Amino acid sequence: MKSRIPLVLLACGSFNPITNMHMRLFELARDHLHQTGRYRVIEGIISPVNDSYGKKGLVSARHRIAMAQLALETSDWIRVDPWESEQEKWTETVKVLRHHYNESLRSLQFRKELVRNNWHIERATEDFLSSLDPVSPELKLLCGADILKTFSTPNLWKEEHIKEIVEKFGLVCISRAGSDPVQYISESELLTQFQHNIHLVTEQIQNEISATHIRHALCKGLSVKYLIPDSVISYIKHYNIYTEESEGKIKGI
Amino acid sequence: MENPDNKTQVVLLACGSFNPITNMHLRLFELAKDYLHETGKYNVIKGIISPVGDAYKKKSLISANHRVTMAKLATESSDWVQVDDWESSQNEWLETLKVLRYHHQKLASSNPANSLQNAVPLIKPGRKRKQEANRYIPVKKNQLSPETKGVPQLKLLCGADMLESFGIPNLWKLEDITEIVANHGLVCITRAGNNAQKFIYESDTLWQHKNNIHLVEEWITNDISSTKIRRALRRGQSVRYLVPDAVRAYIEKYNLYSPESEDRNAEVILAPLQKYARGCKQEQTL
Repeated sequence: MKSRIPLVLLACGSFNPITNMHMRLFELARDHLHQTGRYRVIEGIISPVNDSYGKKGLVSARHRIAMAQLALETSDWIRVDPWESEQEKWTETVKVLRHHYNESLRSLQFRKELVRNNWHIERATEDFLSSLDPVSPELKLLCGADILKTFSTPNLWKEEHIKEIVEKFGLVCISRAGSDPVQYISESELLTQFQHNIHLVTEQIQNEISATHIRHALCKGLSVKYLIPDSVISYIKHYNIYTEESEGKIKGI
Repeated sequence: MENPDNKTQVVLLACGSFNPITNMHLRLFELAKDYLHETGKYNVIKGIISPVGDAYKKKSLISANHRVTMAKLATESSDWVQVDDWESSQNEWLETLKVLRYHHQKLASSNPANSLQNAVPLIKPGRKRKQEANRYIPVKKNQLSPETKGVPQLKLLCGADMLESFGIPNLWKLEDITEIVANHGLVCITRAGNNAQKFIYESDTLWQHKNNIHLVEEWITNDISSTKIRRALRRGQSVRYLVPDAVRAYIEKYNLYSPESEDRNAEVILAPLQKYARGCKQEQTL
């Protein structure tokens, strides 16, 4: 029986705040990849962007990380990673991918060392060790299919970065029913060349919870219950995070 | 008095299969409450989820016990929406109007304004004395008018699909629809208001009572239908973050939805269609 390739999903973004839809993307991606029969999704990572990204309305990473942690408490496979938000300045997506890929290799190596040290040298052959983890995990970028469209926006991405992302890592793109992401791929030679590494997943159950709408609703005192986890709602209320001021509507004194 | 700011108190009632309950159902309540509050005229004090009885005989409808339990699990974290199992515990299918009447009656009889225990209220300056005359008259069942002083208005909460189902032959009685919109009112959550507005415009009955039909546009496209949830479950796909976690766990524990459960009632006719088709005269125009 051919063994499945272990796979880690990484999602980058503002998560300002995290919503049920963000988490849904992971579930959809995992189901899809498992159904191909080729992969075994072992981990999901949410990587909130650095504060210096400078997007309007972006609240402190400290809060965005805390909210994501609360939201993911009930998940046994998705976690939030603060590395990107802790860097000195904004980090390109490809660098975040490289970092997490190296981390997963490092922990794989560490596990092999552990096993090796617990066994007599004669037993710990390379063959045996590689049978434990036959393949090192692949790391793929999880995103909405509209990211494919942004690849063609001038000066937004470096060409060599796009190449590295699709060639070395790979994409899992979620799109809503009725949209046609295949078009974005065929319009780009680079994406066409690596289309085997771009997994397209269609979301049939529409649930478009935009974080922008969530923030606006919170500013107006409207309910966001059942759109984001209760624990995140409590956190936002407690720290009074999203206000007209934080949205940049009122200039701070 | 119990209503110092003079706002009309409202209770929202949602009828339906809830097979299973989803985040979308729960959102309907939140959207309706926010909308009514924003008008400045209403104060929503309670939400009631009333799952339909098994006798409705809808295809794929699983046992009411499970549906009621899941709805209760889903509303545990809500401080104003609750589940009522009166409708589901009846032996026969009940028209929506009967469920409305039942809950309205319940609200009226538990209303302190009709209780003899009420002490003489403080008379606020400018308040007309004749209002006190109503206070000690017990409400007679037959004469129960929704305008009864102090009784909250009970409104039917629904999606645009229920509104438009008024047009399906033999599904609703015209006089029921009339009484629902005349005496109670609808709060209807829609995606793009246009279809619903057009539907109301094209119906003389609905148009006549359009002031009692509130159309609320949802600002997040939410298509988490129970049908799609059941389909995903049959295919072994995740429904996390689409239904409350406690509901997902309950479904998993009892393995509620399968190809077999989807085929329940496949050969049976829906209760209202059976009931009305038998005694049907000519089709009444909505």
